[in-house]
Amino acid sequence: MIASTLIILGGLLSVIAVVILRGAPALSIAMFTQTPKGGYYIGKEGGVLNAIIGSLYLAGGATALAFIISLPTALYLNEHVCKSRLASFTRKSLDVLWSVPSIVYGAFGFTILVYLGMRASLLGGIMALTLLELPIMIRAMDEVMKMVPLKMKEASYSLGATKLETTLNVVTRQAFPGVVMAILLALGRAIGDAASVLFTAGYSDYIPSSLFDPAASLPLAVFFQLGTPFPEVQQRAYASGLILLLMVLLLSIVSRLLTKRFTRHIIK
Amino acid sequence: MSKAHISIQKLNVFYDGRQILKNITLDVPEKRITAIIGPSGCGKTTLLRSINRLIDLVDGVKVSGTIMIDGIDVFNSNVDVTNTRKKMGFIAQVPNPLPMSIYDNIAYGPRIHGTKDRKELNLIVERCLKTAGLWKEVKNRLTEPASKLSAGQQQRLCLARTLAVEPEALLCDEPTSALDPISSRHIEEQLLKLKKDYTIVFVTHILRQAKRLADYAVFVYLGELVEYGPAETIFNQPTDPRTKAYMEGLFS
Repeated sequence: MIASTLIILGGLLSVIAVVILRGAPALSIAMFTQTPKGGYYIGKEGGVLNAIIGSLYLAGGATALAFIISLPTALYLNEHVCKSRLASFTRKSLDVLWSVPSIVYGAFGFTILVYLGMRASLLGGIMALTLLELPIMIRAMDEVMKMVPLKMKEASYSLGATKLETTLNVVTRQAFPGVVMAILLALGRAIGDAASVLFTAGYSDYIPSSLFDPAASLPLAVFFQLGTPFPEVQQRAYASGLILLLMVLLLSIVSRLLTKRFTRHIIK
Repeated sequence: MSKAHISIQKLNVFYDGRQILKNITLDVPEKRITAIIGPSGCGKTTLLRSINRLIDLVDGVKVSGTIMIDGIDVFNSNVDVTNTRKKMGFIAQVPNPLPMSIYDNIAYGPRIHGTKDRKELNLIVERCLKTAGLWKEVKNRLTEPASKLSAGQQQRLCLARTLAVEPEALLCDEPTSALDPISSRHIEEQLLKLKKDYTIVFVTHILRQAKRLADYAVFVYLGELVEYGPAETIFNQPTDPRTKAYMEGLFS
């Protein structure tokens, strides 16, 4: 048991170490503040600001959209204390969707885009990522809502509260930290995914100015830069990876701190 | 015997086809403490939970018979179940505070029933905490999480929370079984004071507790109502051999 834990931990740490060791030297202010200049991909000036902003737009938009759909769905799945066929069918479908590879969501999104006569765009990418996030977010929320003790719901019911009142006032409060974790989990998956945005959001060297512009993303920045034959550019791929890592870390720390402030009333 | 408040007629309850309660007929008198006694698993809790229809939450439950409260059958499909539950206050076996502050735990009920005025809520919170005998201990920490209270305090909080929606009756499901002796005594004292205003139904499997509190007693065994009458009679001169054996401690 200790050995396997060490292997996991070692693997994780070595991934982080490689990214830091190879990426840190190429990390410069310009990486954060500039879009790629002419000749960037053969090792000249510029940065990956387009991909940073693009990733934030894509993952942020998709997470917001997925949240709006997921919360009511998860609440619905848990509103029935008794067994419901529809709920268990929905859960099983979501479990299947969870394990669908992201390239499939990309291909599906691409088909839809072609059908609508649109080209690869920020909006397309957001839609594909929303699809990718939905099963993760709903099922993660669902699991934490299931953990809300029946006794607690009974307390609310026995005061004469309706199902809706109980759901909104008691279940969401008790499940709040778990809901935030579900959002983070989905966001983490979306911000790090390359395959689903490859066809749907495309890639561009500019910061998208509308929902219909193609948008760059950090995972694809890593992918493209690593594919060039120039060592400087390859090193920048690691730097981009490092930026992605730092962004996810920062998001996770900030949201943890925020949830702590709102969860003092949770019953353990 | 004083006027019947809750009148149960031929109540049968099944869980997944298994019969839990068999043909229970019982009149619960107004503003008295009625103790339901019997060994664990005999259906006492189910009987109590039928009255405020908390058994609706169980999978595969089937009910026949009637429970009349103020002349209306609670199982009638026209009856608003939330109103029944509001009238029949319920105190659970294990304290179950809501994930909110002490204040909000009490204000929750009145709020969902439409009281929004802050001043009015303040008055309700203070009055209910006083009635439940908790005010002195918590008056300076109303905004603290309810989970910070001890188990005994939490149970009195639950009592106060139930009182806040102005019920007519209190259904207590072994409310002291998870508490220490001192906290239990606190709860018992409050219930004795409350019986002048509320009809109290009290489930317990502790005989001595039933003797201390009850005006009337009901002995339930294996889903059947075996004997019912004034507490004195049930405890001292039971007629049914099963009640006699239980009182003598031959089984529990």
